[in-house]
Amino acid sequence: MSRPGRDDAPDRLYTVTQGRSSSGRDNPFDLVTLVVAECEPRPGMQSEHTAILRLTEAPTAVVEIAAELRLPVSITKILLADLHAAGRVSARHPYTAAVPDPDILEQVLVGLRNL
Amino acid sequence: MDSAISDARTPASAPDRTPLGAAADNGLKIVVVGGFGVGKTTMVRSVSEIRPLNTEETMTQAGEAVDDISEVRGKSATTVAFDFGRISLDARNVLYLFGAPGQERFWFLWDRLFSGTLGAVVLVDTRRIDDSWYAIDRLEHHGTPFIVACNDFGGPEHSPEAVREALDLDPRVPLVSCDARSRESSKQVLITLVEHLRARYGGHAAPPRQEFV
Repeated sequence: MSRPGRDDAPDRLYTVTQGRSSSGRDNPFDLVTLVVAECEPRPGMQSEHTAILRLTEAPTAVVEIAAELRLPVSITKILLADLHAAGRVSARHPYTAAVPDPDILEQVLVGLRNL
Repeated sequence: MDSAISDARTPASAPDRTPLGAAADNGLKIVVVGGFGVGKTTMVRSVSEIRPLNTEETMTQAGEAVDDISEVRGKSATTVAFDFGRISLDARNVLYLFGAPGQERFWFLWDRLFSGTLGAVVLVDTRRIDDSWYAIDRLEHHGTPFIVACNDFGGPEHSPEAVREALDLDPRVPLVSCDARSRESSKQVLITLVEHLRARYGGHAAPPRQEFV
């Protein structure tokens, strides 16, 4: 840890996730899954969990959480999966389909034209 | 390149966070792909309701996001940074716009990060058209519908036909000019993309070859 720079990051990440492996393919969180806190932070909680619960008082995308916490997306997903398993956050996953719903596309167009 | 983006990072305690409405429940993705300096971040900033944020993903050279954090300690992992902005379309739909580097290592992460993406904008600097070939090839490979937008850098005009020919672009792929600094112009680029998607999925156009991958 004496050298500055990127070498710091792995050690921090290792600690944050308690050394567990990264979000696998079974992790349901998408970059744009909207996460909502279902409880207040509690004393003694891991600081990243506390930060996530504060950030997600309003719906907040996984990618925004990662950016605010300055953590890689895959690490953020692990933290979110923990909180989700404990019932502390809920997840609004994106509507996905092989072919986009025409109604959604229309809503996107209307929204963009109203910008 | 990464350091230039990192400078724009917002502190975790940024007071200017703009929360989404409580009813927001459907996140959507559009990716702006292009080479270094082509204006991806500029375009994202032009239309975003938040100051563009930056984040990163780490992957091994085998093309997987890191499955064991200890791998990061070795030389087998690399980090790809990308920035993004946000557009609230209505009470429920939120569009996230990602500026993504077009370099080779980035594409290993495409499926993991950008599966389910509505479509992509390939942002082109007509002085460096060659930079865009690889991005177009990869988007076709991944079956992601896209349009091409030429960012106007005030250089000599290139006719759309010349650019189309230089890129060997499928005639069904829309090609537009834009000024990424302009909100209105960038908005029009996004509208062109979504209209293209609507035509493609609505059956008004023959299925582009990108569908067969």
